[in-house]
Amino acid sequence: MEKIYTRTKTIQEDKVSGFCPGCMHSTVIKLVGEALEELNLVDKAVCVQGIGCCGLHMDYIAYDDITAAHGRACAVATGIKRTNPGSLVFTYQGDGDFASIGLAESVSAANRGENFTVIFVNNGIYGMTGGQLSPTTLVGMKATTAPKGRDPKEHGYPMHMCEILNELKAPYYLERTSCNNPANVMKTKNAIKKAFQYQMEGKGFSMVEVITSCPTNWGLDPLKALDFIEEKMLPEYPLGCFRDRSKEEG
Amino acid sequence: MSRVFMKGTEAVAEAAVRAGCRFFAGYPITPQNEVPEYLSRRLPEVGGVFVQGESEVASVNMVYGAAAAGTRSMTSSSSPGIALKSEGVSYCASARIPMVYCNFARGGPGVGSIQPAQQDYLQATKASGNGGFRMPVLAPATVQEAVDMTYRAFDWADRDRTPVLILADGVIGTMMEPVVLPEMKSDEEVAAIKESKKKWACIGHPLDYAHRSWIEPGQWSTQKMQKCNEDAAALYRSWEKEAEAEEYQTEDAEIILTAYGISGRIAKSAVNLLRAEGIKAGLIRPKTVYPFPNYAYDKLDYGKVKAILDVEMSIPALFVEDVDMAVKGRCPIETCLCSGGNIMSRDAVIAAAKKIMEG
Ligand SMILES: Cc1ncc(C[n+]2csc(CCOP(=O)(O)OP(=O)(O)O)c2C)c(N)n1
Ligand code: SF4
Ligand SMILES: [Mg+2]
Repeated sequence: MEKIYTRTKTIQEDKVSGFCPGCMHSTVIKLVGEALEELNLVDKAVCVQGIGCCGLHMDYIAYDDITAAHGRACAVATGIKRTNPGSLVFTYQGDGDFASIGLAESVSAANRGENFTVIFVNNGIYGMTGGQLSPTTLVGMKATTAPKGRDPKEHGYPMHMCEILNELKAPYYLERTSCNNPANVMKTKNAIKKAFQYQMEGKGFSMVEVITSCPTNWGLDPLKALDFIEEKMLPEYPLGCFRDRSKEEG
Repeated sequence: MSRVFMKGTEAVAEAAVRAGCRFFAGYPITPQNEVPEYLSRRLPEVGGVFVQGESEVASVNMVYGAAAAGTRSMTSSSSPGIALKSEGVSYCASARIPMVYCNFARGGPGVGSIQPAQQDYLQATKASGNGGFRMPVLAPATVQEAVDMTYRAFDWADRDRTPVLILADGVIGTMMEPVVLPEMKSDEEVAAIKESKKKWACIGHPLDYAHRSWIEPGQWSTQKMQKCNEDAAALYRSWEKEAEAEEYQTEDAEIILTAYGISGRIAKSAVNLLRAEGIKAGLIRPKTVYPFPNYAYDKLDYGKVKAILDVEMSIPALFVEDVDMAVKGRCPIETCLCSGGNIMSRDAVIAAAKKIMEG
């Protein structure tokens, strides 16, 4: 029989994942690994880890990894990529990391058109610290620091990072995907591959925003969390490609 | 090697380039704007990279990235900006990433004043970020020393995989003096330095579980974290023998002036004038303020020394705390202070010394 699926070599076999059951970080990091392998880029890969639950994978991935201070991944990636243009550099950041504490670093790197890739894992909550309000928490969605739910009068509205960065001229590729069903998982992997390819071609800033679940802090079982993505998250965060300059180049 | 006439900030920047620094990120702040300005034109000439960061926080984290990827890297700022660098410096210390940064200190606290001051002493020597790390802190008193210390800082940083701080001030930064610049490292030497870090540098490695680069500014395991701190503490102890001070006319001295940086230079001039008037004055000027040169104070003949006069451009006095620990109560310590961006007056130092000797 032909073997049609195998575990990515970019995840060490003897290590155990620290993610909660049903956490989509593990899906995204698997897709990143598969993309690297399929593009033959593993030996050039540098992951700049944000601070958050994404830090739970640094122990078991098999390529280079550096932990940035909370929010500073885009600054750290700038330093690495500018001095090592041959490396494949990507940040891996949550919504608190990328869109709150790191907002200045994120927007500024995108505006400079830095030639690296952001994998922005948006689960609408601060996972690692136990479910506090994030800039991307939905209106009405409860958080431990917004016990009555997000109230626009007090907290404002969810931030749409693809749309915000799409206001800038420099970014080359911006796409929002999800991992809530097999088709979207494939789309996420293709988007990651596209972003990595553009980076290796020297095209400039690329970001894939992945809408993911945090069953633990959403207080939902993993399957219900998939429904929540479909019914609540995706209407607020429409999937699709916001910017692909290769199309304009023809 | 030729002598040139250069401003302190630009001389430090050029010394960094000659030491093999090929990445600089910084954010404008007076009185050190010439550092980023100079490097924005100089680094591209030698194949280096300059980035104007969106903040000091971003800049120091860019340096953390570039240095973790094997390139000799630097940032610089002045007091309020240096406070913002503490996050990245702490990460470099924890992950053992070599980098150099420079504080052309100005008045404080808060936005303070844009003129020279020495109000950042405790921050520089005791707690430049969270987590209780230490690092070498070099304190130049002349533009020449600033140049030599910057050049040496890169070697020290690489040897021990540590951040190194040049604690200068606005006088050193804005003053022009003749300097002899150090030798320019060749492209081959710069490449060899980067090559020597390839094993651990975060640049991509073959898929081999044993050899990937993993830059860890912290640990999930408490045992591992303790081990990191024990190793770091052993490193810090090893630096004690590298403490350095200028000891000037101390042998027969009855009054010792002590100061670092620009205050040390002013105090030295005061020693000469006091000697001309028959007062046996001497000077201890730490060149490394961490590790602190306690040995220089131990060598004094406390049978002869009537008092120590601490001279600093800081109110309250801060450097005096280290002097106090070095002197260990063996003689009284008096202070001569100014603050707010005012430069220490030599006359005030002489008057303070005379008052002690007459009293
Ligand atoms: C300077 C700093 N502030 C706060 C924290 C605490 N902290 C760790 S992770 C985190 C939020 C993580 O949320 P997010 O980025 O959305 O990632 P997730 O865990 O949801 O994937 C916070 C606030 C920290 N480590 N450092
Ligand atoms: S807390 Fe949420 S984001 Fe973190 S591992 Fe658990 S499910 Fe994933
Ligand atoms: Mg999150």
